[in-house]
Amino acid sequence: MTYAEGIRAGFGYLFKTYPNVFAIGQGLWSPWYVGASMTDLDKEFGRERVIDSQVSELSTTGAAVGASLFGYRPIVIHPRIDFMLLAVDQIVNQAAKWHHMLGGQVSPSLVIRAIINRGGEQGAQHSQALHSWFAHIPGLRVVMPATATDARDLLIAATLSNDPVLYIDDRWLYDWDDEATPIVELDLARQGPLVRRQGTDLTIAAASFSVRLAMQAAEELAKQGISAEVVDVRVLNPIDPAPIVESVRKTGRLLAVDGGWRTCGFAGELLALASESLPSSTWKSPPRRVTLVDAPAPTSKPLEDAYYTKASDVVAAAQSLI
Amino acid sequence: MATEECGYATGFRDTLGALANPKAFTGAIDLAQVESGWAVSKLREMIRIRVAEEFVGELSESGEARCPCHLGIGQEAVAVGVSAHLKSSDRVFGAHRSHSHYLALGGGLTELFGEVLGKEIGSSKGMGGSMHLYGPEVGFHGSVPIVGATIPIATGAGLACKMDGAGGIAVSYFGDGAAEEGLLHESLNMASILKLPVIFVCENNLFSSHLDIHLRQPQNTIARFATAHAMPSHTVDGNDVVAVARATEQLVARARKGEGPGFLEAVTYRWRGHVGAKEDIDVGVRRHPEELVAWKHRDPVRRLADSLIARGAMAVDGVAKITEEMSADCTEAIDRARKAPYPPVSNLLDFVYQRGGK
Ligand SMILES: Cc1ncc(C[n+]2csc(CCOP(=O)(O)OP(=O)(O)O)c2C)c(N)n1
Repeated sequence: MTYAEGIRAGFGYLFKTYPNVFAIGQGLWSPWYVGASMTDLDKEFGRERVIDSQVSELSTTGAAVGASLFGYRPIVIHPRIDFMLLAVDQIVNQAAKWHHMLGGQVSPSLVIRAIINRGGEQGAQHSQALHSWFAHIPGLRVVMPATATDARDLLIAATLSNDPVLYIDDRWLYDWDDEATPIVELDLARQGPLVRRQGTDLTIAAASFSVRLAMQAAEELAKQGISAEVVDVRVLNPIDPAPIVESVRKTGRLLAVDGGWRTCGFAGELLALASESLPSSTWKSPPRRVTLVDAPAPTSKPLEDAYYTKASDVVAAAQSLI
Repeated sequence: MATEECGYATGFRDTLGALANPKAFTGAIDLAQVESGWAVSKLREMIRIRVAEEFVGELSESGEARCPCHLGIGQEAVAVGVSAHLKSSDRVFGAHRSHSHYLALGGGLTELFGEVLGKEIGSSKGMGGSMHLYGPEVGFHGSVPIVGATIPIATGAGLACKMDGAGGIAVSYFGDGAAEEGLLHESLNMASILKLPVIFVCENNLFSSHLDIHLRQPQNTIARFATAHAMPSHTVDGNDVVAVARATEQLVARARKGEGPGFLEAVTYRWRGHVGAKEDIDVGVRRHPEELVAWKHRDPVRRLADSLIARGAMAVDGVAKITEEMSADCTEAIDRARKAPYPPVSNLLDFVYQRGGK
């Protein structure tokens, strides 16, 4: 099962099992707009439940919030997280706040699915990874699956969650294969970081596509006799620091890898939570992070190559820690 | 309108005409097709709202209520007229100036004052304040101060009504200022394309904060946006509860039958400042005292009362009697709210996510 097939399988399961689930967003009737992640779902489950919407990110997201207040479980889809910026009020001021500000009496239980779609010379407004912004917001759960199984099962868990959930998938992961396992309905509130690879010399913490880079790097490092432990964060907010802290307690070193920018970014958060939780005697070397440089995405190919993190960058950073 | 005065060359068109003129529509309400009992009950509802808002104003002035309170005194006929055709199973959303929307549906006074005072007995358990009212048991599903933000949420509630297929409708209240947000356009388009049972109610009080509509829009009618989205609309005197109710009835009937959304523009005026209880500050850069005096002659309460008295359906001291009764109710409710506890500090973290997982 590829990652894209995992997402589609998640939708298929939800539509089949839960009549109150529907999807709304741009490109849902298109064979290419959202990759292979939703192909023909409209044909299988009807265009009343798979609604291809107007170019209206804000009202579509607000409509999903509204429908979620009355027993439905909408999944609103933004084919690029860049476009979702037009919907930020509904996500940050509305979905994430209603439960708290109305005294716990109501909770918008919707999923906002945002797709990161980088590279390919698409440039600054079609390439952003903005998870750090949204993980800052209390009341909003933020999920970033790295594997096909997680893409499927965390989509299901997000949809069954009573809280608003931002589910971010990455087009760069769509072709990655995973062994298909039976579907499990997970309780999202109990999901957190998982150790994807055991190691003893350093901890590499990452989410989404950065987990792939970390795994590739770990393999390369193993050849050099360095044993890296890879922690897949999976749920960025509310974050469970324990598995990350435990791993660093064991290895004494932390490298955070993130596909976002450095300043006020998620990698910085990982460093902070480990630093706060562990005494200085734990640390064999100061923690480091690998992120994008603080610049918008360029278009031309050589600049793109310089801009995006590669497994070799992770390897080099890991070596510098040892 | 003299453009030199404001510094904007707007080419403004007064499309509302008499409806925006405080000197027009000051006389009797047409009660020909209306039962006296119905009209008296609407009068009582309007007075309940007015009195309650006056009390909120006092609590705000004295500093006992600390949250921003936006009073709609003068605008009571809109919510009362619209609510006349709503059921508690319908789904109504408001904005920052929503005491009337909540009360007209039958929202409780203790819950209103409790919320304004930040007490646990409040409609949002003391977590929201005046701008975040909530009363699902009467059909009021939330209000927020981000201008226009509940318009798509109500639209989504209408989508849910359509999916339910049970004839329910959603209502979105907003002001003329909200029509300057792109959100209104997106939502009207969506409701129209998907044929959603949503009634969009614009309370056009001619002001958004300190700016009057001449300085913000090229025309003063908001229903033009409904026309653009192929949606039926009515523009009525918002200080005439009968006119509001009659227009609403038609739009609601269509929506319940699955014929799609409707748009009601009710032209009205707020007597107080944008926020707080004062008449004379924070009212608008060009609002003249004479204009307010004129609009007070267009008082929705006084006009309906006079019409009922003329018909012989109410005693001359009718308004005074109802006012006294409502004041007593409010005093009691405020007393209860004052004695109620504040929310526990544990709410701060307990209400961020749903309790008990999933
Ligand atoms: C998105 C947003 N922009 C600006 C404001 C500040 N603001 C609060 S109320 C208001 C005026 C809104 O006017 P209108 O919609 O006509 O409602 P009214 O106050 O007249 O009832 C403004 C600009 C806000 N709350 N939200």
